[in-house]
Amino acid sequence: MSAELVVRRGGPQLTVQDLGRTGHLDHGLSRGGAADVLALHEGAALIGQPPGSAVVEMAGHGGVFEATEDLRIALTGASMDAEMGGTALAWNASHVLPRGAVLAIGGAREGVFGYLHVGGGLETPVLLGARSVHLAAGLGRPLETGDRLSVGADDARGATGRQLDVPPRFAGGIIRAVAGLHFESFPEDARARFADMAFTRDARGNRMGARFLPDGEGFANASGLSVLSEITLPGDVQVTGDGAPVVLLAECQTTGGYPRIATVIPADLPRVAQTAPGKAIRFAFVSRQDALKAERAERASRAALASQTRNLVSGPGDVSDLLSHQLISGVTAGDDLEENGP
Amino acid sequence: MSPAGDSEEPAWPRLRTLGVDGYLVSFGDRLSDRANRAALAFRAALDKAALAGVEETSTSLASAYLRVDPASDATEGVESALRRLMRDRDWYAAQLPEGRRLWRIPTLFGTERAPQLGEAAAAAGLSEAEAIASITASRLRVQTIGFAPGQPYLGELAPEWDIPRQTELTAGVPVGALTVAIRQLVLFAVAAPTGWRHIGQTAFRAFRPEAETPFVLNPGDEVIFEAAPPEAYPDLEARGPDGGATSEPLS
Repeated sequence: MSAELVVRRGGPQLTVQDLGRTGHLDHGLSRGGAADVLALHEGAALIGQPPGSAVVEMAGHGGVFEATEDLRIALTGASMDAEMGGTALAWNASHVLPRGAVLAIGGAREGVFGYLHVGGGLETPVLLGARSVHLAAGLGRPLETGDRLSVGADDARGATGRQLDVPPRFAGGIIRAVAGLHFESFPEDARARFADMAFTRDARGNRMGARFLPDGEGFANASGLSVLSEITLPGDVQVTGDGAPVVLLAECQTTGGYPRIATVIPADLPRVAQTAPGKAIRFAFVSRQDALKAERAERASRAALASQTRNLVSGPGDVSDLLSHQLISGVTAGDDLEENGP
Repeated sequence: MSPAGDSEEPAWPRLRTLGVDGYLVSFGDRLSDRANRAALAFRAALDKAALAGVEETSTSLASAYLRVDPASDATEGVESALRRLMRDRDWYAAQLPEGRRLWRIPTLFGTERAPQLGEAAAAAGLSEAEAIASITASRLRVQTIGFAPGQPYLGELAPEWDIPRQTELTAGVPVGALTVAIRQLVLFAVAAPTGWRHIGQTAFRAFRPEAETPFVLNPGDEVIFEAAPPEAYPDLEARGPDGGATSEPLS
């Protein structure tokens, strides 16, 4: 009997995600996968397994989970209030979820998408080459209360009680982008204003895209209505009828007829996805050469994450670390597990 | 990005970058049968060329798309190979790719199952009978697949079908709905709201996520919609995901 992660409280915000599926653009299926790919790599580094393992993605709010066997877990992405049997758990860290213990994850304190990783990965059914739920395509469905998710065999060689220093990516800021397919069909003054303007994240958004409100006049484009539908990709900044840009995310459609002024580089897309409503971004245009360089640098940096984890218990002692440590230490069984691993 | 000089007539085909790791070779900037043919033929040639570093290819209505591995050094080589291939032949006169199929899909036109036949026919200046005759006499090509997985855009219908989409969305059409606008048909792979007019209903499932062949139609396939009498429709629905459709290879 393999271990299971039991969903004690599910909801429409919870989906199983991985790195998504490529190769189906010609059949109208976008890549999908985690909205914040970097968070997958961070969790994989903390738990010592490949970044393609399936995880629970939590959009804005978590759920309640229980393990049928001792499980190694990691928490990454948007930081959420997490507690296990009354003990607060540190975010961007790995822990043990003992058999029968209840893990309760609350609302996001900052950011949008939080992730629950499990040692061995979730072994939900593979559909078209991936386990990720693609809501827009009707592949799979959100997690419901009572769901029991099979967990893969965990070789337990990976540690727990590790943490990772993660630079904040929840407050917006400068987002690098290359010129979009229809950049030149926008009037020159609109292009200049676009590069100069702050955009505030709107409450409207989902796994398909995030809408941003311009801090000034919108970007209506006279030829916009007659643009021929063309391939769309995650990162594309499309300007809809009301002049407010939408940045397409993992689960976007494969073609679209809205003009696209810019395309966010993949390395900065996690920050777009994690910019919470009310926070602002600005777009900075970079050349394609620089964008390619940035992508290579990003891949190298993700590959190096595993070497950057450190022991949760021997952290430098900032307040949040101490708090988590003390609380964890208050529970004997949990503390033993944290120290020694399963 | 496209070259400067907006005042000049653009030369086709045209090579543009798409995002950080993609290229788009476009054969026109409006919907046309010849641009679609050229895009399909060009993509087939790309696949055949199997350029190093290429991770995925696709087509849209009038373009072929290619994505390279950004970690590889293939970008420059791919770009010059694309330019060579663009000059290699007259893509508008090229043969369509091999391996395509001809589908015949039984369709219930009109009735309460497809309530907008009359309205669409009127917009095209046809009677309902003329509209059905016009559509069933057309051999249409899957010009592209998009919006939803497996969902084909088919064309090109006769000129009288150059009717606009509705300004108001229909709240929802079911899976298998056959809809019309701008000289194209869309055969819905999912239930969805739409601005396209619902003129026929099929029992054909274009997306079958758990089947061995999840995507039934491919870009370049051809389709004939055959009128099925209302009394035959329940039987078509009972025949499984093909809904009575048949297919044969196109040589």
